Amino acid sequence: MSVLRRNAQIVFALAVLAAPFSGVMPAYWITLFDYIGMSTLVALGLVLLTGVGGMTSFGQAAFVGFGAYTSAALTLDYGLSPWETLPISLLVTGLAALLIGAVTVRLSGHYLPLGTIAWGIAFFYLFGNMPGLGAHDGLSGLPPLKVGAYALTDPRDFFVAVWVAVTFAFVASRNLLDSRIGRAIRVLRRGSTLAESFGAAAAKLKLLLFVYAAVLAGLAGWLYAHFQRAVSPGPFGVVNGVEYLLMAVLGGSGRIFGALLGAAGVTVLRDQLQDLLPHLVGHTGNYETIVFGAILVLILQTAPRGLWPLIAGPPPPPARPAPDGKTSLPTREMPAAGEPLLEAHALLRRFGGLVAVNDVGFALRAGEILALIGPNGAGKSTTFNLLTGAQTLNSGTIVFRGQEHRTMTPQLSARNGVARTFQHVQLLSDMSVLENVAFGGHLRGRAGALRAMIRLDRGEEAMLLAEAHKQIERVGLGEHAHKPAGSLALGQMRIVEIARALVLDPYLLLLDEPAAGLRVAEKKALAGLLRDLRRQGMAVLLVEHDMDFVMSLADRIVVLDFGVKISEGEPQVVRDDPRVREAYLGEAV
Amino acid sequence: MDSTIVLFLVQDAIINGAIYALVAVALLLVFAVTRIILVPQGEFVAFAALTLAALHAGRAPPTVWLLVALGVLTFVSVAWRQRRFFDARTLAVAALANLALPIALALLAQAMAPLKLGLASEILLTIALVTPMGPMIYRLAFEPLAEASVLVLLIAAFGVHFSLTGLGLAFFGPEGVSTPALIQGSFMIGALVVTGQSLAVVLATVALLAALGWFFRATLFGKALRACASNRLGARLVGVSTSMAGRIAFGVAALIGAISGVLVGAISTIYYDSGFLIGLKGFVAAIIAGLSSYAGAGVAAIAVGLVESFSSFWASAYKEALVFAAIIPVLVWRSLVVGHIEEDEE
Repeated sequence: MSVLRRNAQIVFALAVLAAPFSGVMPAYWITLFDYIGMSTLVALGLVLLTGVGGMTSFGQAAFVGFGAYTSAALTLDYGLSPWETLPISLLVTGLAALLIGAVTVRLSGHYLPLGTIAWGIAFFYLFGNMPGLGAHDGLSGLPPLKVGAYALTDPRDFFVAVWVAVTFAFVASRNLLDSRIGRAIRVLRRGSTLAESFGAAAAKLKLLLFVYAAVLAGLAGWLYAHFQRAVSPGPFGVVNGVEYLLMAVLGGSGRIFGALLGAAGVTVLRDQLQDLLPHLVGHTGNYETIVFGAILVLILQTAPRGLWPLIAGPPPPPARPAPDGKTSLPTREMPAAGEPLLEAHALLRRFGGLVAVNDVGFALRAGEILALIGPNGAGKSTTFNLLTGAQTLNSGTIVFRGQEHRTMTPQLSARNGVARTFQHVQLLSDMSVLENVAFGGHLRGRAGALRAMIRLDRGEEAMLLAEAHKQIERVGLGEHAHKPAGSLALGQMRIVEIARALVLDPYLLLLDEPAAGLRVAEKKALAGLLRDLRRQGMAVLLVEHDMDFVMSLADRIVVLDFGVKISEGEPQVVRDDPRVREAYLGEAV
Repeated sequence: MDSTIVLFLVQDAIINGAIYALVAVALLLVFAVTRIILVPQGEFVAFAALTLAALHAGRAPPTVWLLVALGVLTFVSVAWRQRRFFDARTLAVAALANLALPIALALLAQAMAPLKLGLASEILLTIALVTPMGPMIYRLAFEPLAEASVLVLLIAAFGVHFSLTGLGLAFFGPEGVSTPALIQGSFMIGALVVTGQSLAVVLATVALLAALGWFFRATLFGKALRACASNRLGARLVGVSTSMAGRIAFGVAALIGAISGVLVGAISTIYYDSGFLIGLKGFVAAIIAGLSSYAGAGVAAIAVGLVESFSSFWASAYKEALVFAAIIPVLVWRSLVVGHIEEDEE
């Protein structure tokens, strides 16, 4: 970020914080903005959870309740000051989220939100029935926030506290997303297989995101408790949980500033509707829900990415941290050519009654290109998935660099130094090519979420992005590095996947139909690249239908048919093998 | 706690469980066919009870205006979506279903209500008024989202629930109602007093589930729904309209909801927003059954009823908290059983 832009942002932030003291801003709006700020915190968590991580929660209001009740009970019963209860409130909320999340995040798509509804309601009734928490009446007489001896009781003073918190939350969230962990979190939306194929622990990342969103909600709850100076179960029900979700969806569930827009929109609208609608209907009640529900459905139908992208356009390119003293990441020592790398022994995989891969075995040495070919349904992709752990072995063993494995997982495979591409391209279409490729280096970085939030990861991040750049240049897509991956042609996307695999710094590269969709010149370039990698000692296992490509490139070929290995050897040997001809052409020739 | 109390609690559990089972079956049906988790199912239940109560009191139910309003909105949105590829036949059918039918029903209800023709005709009219709301809601809210992910559909379902609850308050007001029992009186089985209504609930539930079973096995529409549930693309390739299937599923769900409402109104007082908790408990049952097995959902619904009635005896203040917390161990169990995680992709 340029110095000018950063200074402009700081000036803007200070101007916002000073606004209530200018005398221009009416008291009514100051109070409204206090509420908007608190809602923004909750909505921000949901934006990360829903739009970025592909999960959602209807129970965020309950986490607000955790933050609020924890601080209320501790200040009233134990006489702690609000500043002392702040870390405890966040910790209690985070722990609650950790417990609930540990149960629910491993479940598929819709079970998590369903779970959040259930426990959202459970906690609502719990808050309302525990005598220690004041039951339905709640707790009142909470101390205000104090700076020194000065109490922040005026909404104008509280405004500063709220928006300082919002600013910190935005900076931390933006930093988190623009980091190694952030990329892995964004990849989660594509499903766990992709994330784990590059060594990211999908379940742990989901849990991390879930807890982070809850802690933001807990922070809002802590603020709320000491702004109202009273808590009651009312604002922590599922209805409020859905309102927070509406904010996230309305603003734009993939973009952090959408949270602010959504929170402001919903809060102001509710305020206006609560004045207007009872007049129209004739008696009082929560009629704004009619409009809120309709808006939610309409937004999903017409602008599923929310309003923020419509206003602000596509996301800005990632910040480019300057490399520090160390210029590049450490790389693996490649084994000498010819050294045994991978041995598959008697791999077996059944799908119900079908034996998709039956007793298949072969060996692969460093600096060798091995092609796996066979007619459709021969079991090539299944074999591929067994080697990378994407599917589980029924029996058989995989020996990798002398280590014997009876079970394989995508994460273990990635840690072993095996990188793969996918038959159906798996890129995040709205992420830039550079970020997609940089994700491949997930295991080469160490910085965690906390270091990312306070930007202690910049040196490492610079090296990761530099490495990603290097591999993009190497595969010949340098000019496309900052475009969204979704804007490339299909053949180019396959090449991006190869660059991403190379950033893992693998011993073994597994390519699933890399030449499909490429033009002749591109195929030549790809073949050149693979020969180059072979020279450096990398091994390549290739599933491919393009026979010219395979025959000219592969050192050896393994032929599968109906799950069984029918031939193995050098291209010429395989080409002349009558069994192979029979498999491909239908009968003996 | 003696055996009489246990028997009483079990009876209570079975009655409530039967209602939850109906809700759960409707949820499963709609989820299988459309991938929508129908949060507003409870609203059909509440609206039916409120409608029946109004009719029984000799008043034209506010439901008629709600139905006409939904119909007009639906017609307008269908017409709007057709602005580029105008098709007179579709539009005429939509006008018939969303304008003519609601208005005819509204006039009928206005004319019939003061006559007090008896419970049977009032129940039929209630069902006739509530059932068309199902397909209307599908067209209005969900048809344009047919290709969206389960998550987006779930959020949209909550939006619909939100709107309907607000509309319920606007149209029906905040007062609670109860409706007359289908079978009056009570009788003794051993030491247990069994009310006629509990018998009616259990009988009606069993009959309805049997009818649904027949519908899915023997009718063309039922088979088409099953085809959509098992493979949407495949169903389309053999000529089953998934949009039509969605409307039918919503219609059947609203019908089940209307019948549940008729049954539940005599058991407890129903307010405009009572449907949410009833719906969610059916929902808990459906989740326990893994959103896939109808028989499992029936058993789970009774289990939810048991948790509810026993916890209301032991810890009545925490009744709701306990019912919904009961889902957590179920999710733990599922997360241990489900090894591989299948997710929605972008």
